[in-house]
Amino acid sequence: MKLHFALVGNQNCGKSTLFNYLTGSNQHVGNFPGVTVQKKEGTILAVPDAGVIDLPGIYSLSPYTSEEIVTRDLLLYNKPDAIINVIDATNIERSLYLSLQLIELNIPMVIALNMMDELTGSGGSIDIKAMEDSLTVPVVPITANSGEGVGELLRRAVEVAQNQQLPQRLDFCSGPVHTAIHSIAHLIETKARRQNLPLRFTATKLIEGDSDFAKALQLSENECDIIGHFVTEMEQNLKTDKEAALADMRYAYIEDLCAQTVQKPKHTEAQLRSVKIDHYLTHKFYAIPIFVLIMGLVFWLTFDVIGAFLSDILSDVIDAVTASVDNTLTVLDIAPPMHSLIIDGIFSGVGAVLSFLPTIVTLFFFLSMLEDSGYMARVAFVMDKMLRKIGLSGSSFVPMIIGFGCSVPAIMASRTLASERDRKMTIMLTPFMSCSAKLPIYGMFIAAFFPHNGGLVMLSLYLTGICVAILSGFLLNSLVFRGKPVPFVMELPAYRLPTARNIIMHMWEKAKDFLHKAFTVIFLVSIIVWFLQNFDVRFYMVDASDSVIASIGKLAAPIFAPLGFGSWQATTSLICGITAKEVVISTLSVLAVGSGGAPDLASLFSPLTAYTFLVFCLLYPPCVAALATIRRELNSDTSTLCLMGYELVVAWCVAFVVRQIGLMLGFA
Amino acid sequence: METTTLDKLPLGQEAIIKKVGGEGSILRRRLLDMGLTPRTRVMVRKRAPLGDPLEISLRGYELTLRAEEAEKITVTPEVSEA
Repeated sequence: MKLHFALVGNQNCGKSTLFNYLTGSNQHVGNFPGVTVQKKEGTILAVPDAGVIDLPGIYSLSPYTSEEIVTRDLLLYNKPDAIINVIDATNIERSLYLSLQLIELNIPMVIALNMMDELTGSGGSIDIKAMEDSLTVPVVPITANSGEGVGELLRRAVEVAQNQQLPQRLDFCSGPVHTAIHSIAHLIETKARRQNLPLRFTATKLIEGDSDFAKALQLSENECDIIGHFVTEMEQNLKTDKEAALADMRYAYIEDLCAQTVQKPKHTEAQLRSVKIDHYLTHKFYAIPIFVLIMGLVFWLTFDVIGAFLSDILSDVIDAVTASVDNTLTVLDIAPPMHSLIIDGIFSGVGAVLSFLPTIVTLFFFLSMLEDSGYMARVAFVMDKMLRKIGLSGSSFVPMIIGFGCSVPAIMASRTLASERDRKMTIMLTPFMSCSAKLPIYGMFIAAFFPHNGGLVMLSLYLTGICVAILSGFLLNSLVFRGKPVPFVMELPAYRLPTARNIIMHMWEKAKDFLHKAFTVIFLVSIIVWFLQNFDVRFYMVDASDSVIASIGKLAAPIFAPLGFGSWQATTSLICGITAKEVVISTLSVLAVGSGGAPDLASLFSPLTAYTFLVFCLLYPPCVAALATIRRELNSDTSTLCLMGYELVVAWCVAFVVRQIGLMLGFA
Repeated sequence: METTTLDKLPLGQEAIIKKVGGEGSILRRRLLDMGLTPRTRVMVRKRAPLGDPLEISLRGYELTLRAEEAEKITVTPEVSEA
């Protein structure tokens, strides 16, 4: 019989560490249907025929964030054979708050008491036996980093799953809350059983005013009134409201339980050390300079040193493979169109994208270090105020900064954001951060038109991108994501050394994700673009200037006439630029050959239209690799298409305004 | 001692939560879920470099929240133990 386990726990409790330890590389990362919430599944190495799903890190089962809803629905309607509830032993009170709600679900459950080494190392201890007796579920101390205790955890988990051993005690309340829960449970018992919903959990949710459950049970108006009456009575007796009453009931039980079973210093050594580290890292004056320094170092190492070094090696390898395939095709006397498709289409298209791979892997090496160590939470703390005005929180800062390097990892990095709304908004705004692939375009135009004001042009472009992102943030905040901000209430976890396993798994996951894209979407797009570049509408093989893409360019050119660069060459290069931004340059070089063989930009652009062209390049939809990533992370075709449409319109409008201002100022 | 709100509590001063306001809001549910329930002991550890958000310490862990959110929490400062 195949067993299914679900890992549930707070953020930063070591859930992912345990998941990686349990599954090794046997894991699959995807999305829950319809939302951008990550779904990780895998098989447990040590137990034959057992699957495990890693649910998002949550603090409660209230229905306010998509993470909580996804977790709740999976546990209610897609019951695992057992829940493995991971809790942080150094932070036990808040962790148990979720445990109590999980116990109410009436599903076999084991508690994995993680980070025990840190607690005992600071002189603390937990009376496991007494805790098990009170909670009526097995409690197993573990250290997920080293794997200590994980064997025992699995043994107990399999045991409760196979015997379907349910928690024996569901009742953690007393007084008026107790009366209300029991009265409601009694009232809805038949209906809850018919819908196969856990009675106690449902009763609690009805007190909290969760309308999903009133609907699921098909309660009559009369029954709703009776429940309302019970709740009012409880509130009057306790002189507080229902929400505070329930939270207070749970925490009161937890405080009592901890007083009896937990011996711990006020702060563990890791927590005390964190306060000392934070003395510098979140210091009033040093915090921002240190952040700039760290990000600068990460960028420099990624884009200039390590990533660039590996990228060079990889592109040498790709060139060598391409050359040998090229030779083989020549030797085999393959027909020229096929030859060109393989070499100029597939190899150059996929190869160009593949050469990003080392950069992405290197970047994620540093990012997972920053994330796992706990520094990322501090960045959010320090930078929050800057992003608040556009309805985002400080957590979005780092993904956006990475956007200046490359949109692909930036969008991938947004996956760690705690709220779905923040994730979506960050993904939509990131492409406006001018990525490093656009630098060659700026460089070529600056050399041709603005040799003396290069720095100024460059700076103005980066600032334009940031301004457009900020304005778009306001727009999204007030139109699309209106009224749904998730409050910024975030834990600052103690600094911990990242584990090698977690970092390697993270890098591998991103690399796999990217390779998958390179060989599916990008493979297909490369073939299509090659076809459009080499054939005309009657399927004759022709020069680039007579190809379908050039025809489209000629057709679309009038659209760009108001922006001043209505030549078909410019338009065609923009269309081709969708494959990768550098392609704008290579296409222009092919289509605008001057007398000396060098590209003759001056015949196509004036200084003003050159600048508007750059503004358009800055803002129009990103390359196919970034688009494929956006599509995957947003988990929606419609949203992706809307975003592309928005970017096109914005690019056109901003470029138009820039040109009008330029004309007014007397530039030509 | 007189009650005040969490955002006005001096740094390092311990206090007991009296009331969490903003009934019915997501924010309030979240604060309660994170353990900011009445009778809980809290301390404001520091403010972010730009003045906001706050870092508070409660139930043996560190939490950050914005001043506008801390404003909803009424606290009674503890008379200093020393």
